[in-house]
Amino acid sequence: MSARTVLHEADVSRALTRIAHEILESNRGAENLVLLGIPTRGVTLARRLAVLISEIAQTSVPAGALDVTLFRDDLAKHPTRSPHPTDIPAGGIDGKTVVLVDDVLFSGRSIRAALDALQSIGRPAIVRLAILVDRGHRELPIRPDFIGKNIPSARSERVNVRLVEDDGSEGVTIEA
Amino acid sequence: MRHLLDTRTLDKVTALRILDIAEDMSDTQSREVKKLPTLRGKTVVNLFFEDSTRTRISFEAAAKRLSADVINFAAKGSSVSKGESLKDTAQTLEAIGADAVVVRHPASGAPQTLATSGWISAGVVNAGDGTHEHPTQALLDAFTIRKRRFGADSRGRDLSGLRVVIVGDVLHSRVARSNVWLLTTLGADVTLVAPPTLVPQNVSLWPVRVVYDLDQALAEGPDAVMMLRIQLERMNAAYFPTEREYSRRWGLDALRLDGLPDGSIVMHPGPMNRGLEISSEAADSERSTVLEQVTNGVSIRMAVLYLLLAGERDEERGGDQ
Repeated sequence: MSARTVLHEADVSRALTRIAHEILESNRGAENLVLLGIPTRGVTLARRLAVLISEIAQTSVPAGALDVTLFRDDLAKHPTRSPHPTDIPAGGIDGKTVVLVDDVLFSGRSIRAALDALQSIGRPAIVRLAILVDRGHRELPIRPDFIGKNIPSARSERVNVRLVEDDGSEGVTIEA
Repeated sequence: MRHLLDTRTLDKVTALRILDIAEDMSDTQSREVKKLPTLRGKTVVNLFFEDSTRTRISFEAAAKRLSADVINFAAKGSSVSKGESLKDTAQTLEAIGADAVVVRHPASGAPQTLATSGWISAGVVNAGDGTHEHPTQALLDAFTIRKRRFGADSRGRDLSGLRVVIVGDVLHSRVARSNVWLLTTLGADVTLVAPPTLVPQNVSLWPVRVVYDLDQALAEGPDAVMMLRIQLERMNAAYFPTEREYSRRWGLDALRLDGLPDGSIVMHPGPMNRGLEISSEAADSERSTVLEQVTNGVSIRMAVLYLLLAGERDEERGGDQ
């Protein structure tokens, strides 16, 4: 069990700052933006991105949480998962540009579930996807719009994202 | 969770998990689209050998909101009235392909028999058996107390230090039994108030205090007062002289309602006998949680069906990890 660090604390922070700029660039400003993180670490990342974007654009951008557990298609393949709270910022998502935020993009099934979950809440004008780590092995036609880092991995390897708010330390490791 | 048969053997961690998942389910019910795809392709059978409107409808709504298919089976007008045994009925449901069976039965222990006899592989939810238990009612009562007390801050909290008074026909009440076990597991102090004739004999073994005088119990300022229905259909002996006398001594009238401290709530599992155990003033007051209990019941039952049906089935270990 050797764990290799692929992103250090400073790398994570640089990647997020770059993503914040990219989101602003592609949206031509902070108008109508809503960041929704997928629990648990996606929510932390969405909050951090919202702070970064607010600093850069000098206007506050709402961030929230979107739980996808009840919309997953692989529930029967795992022990029962507990759902997490969903928190949609006041103002809703109708007509907004929603940026979904998650820590790792793997099969793409969480994102498919997230698109269904969004549909039950409202109708955004545009939905984009921001990811800290893209490790490949997609099972669905889903691709991220903003990527922190591409990390080619073997299917059997484990990619662990640790964030200070959730784990007390920061960094991304890959484990054989 | 493989089955939900009682609250007596329900540990605190599992009970809180059900309540917390019910919070998430409750949140989804305020959305534009209330239906979730979670249990698509699963079949839930409501097997009711006893009359019930709200419990059956509540389970039906819960299963449908999670996209499960629902088959309602009422014993009246079915082959049960032609003499079919519980075993044959159960095996018929198995052959239809039921993933969960919600059962209400006049005999205490019938759900236990269904779950442990090996007749069926479906998960079993007890929706009320004889005078034994009604676990989802107790869970929705606990959820309602927690929600009124802590509001949006309810998740993860137990009921320690809260005082609950349960008033009425404890002897025949499965709701009272399930509540006694669950509420005390969650840390609440429970006091039972009833005429001596309606207190069960083995009550000294329960983790509760028994008081015969309602005014004495209410004077202590409880956080919740739960009125039980006088089950006129089970009153096969002279448990109290007249309904009027019962109402005067153990009914929640306007005067007793006014004496309650701020923030204490009035609960009733329904259906209510207005004017007997509860006055209209109490039933329709701000303190009354009667309709909230009905709403919360759907969320609780969604959580229970989710825990029973959503995860991978582990036949050997009979539980989730």
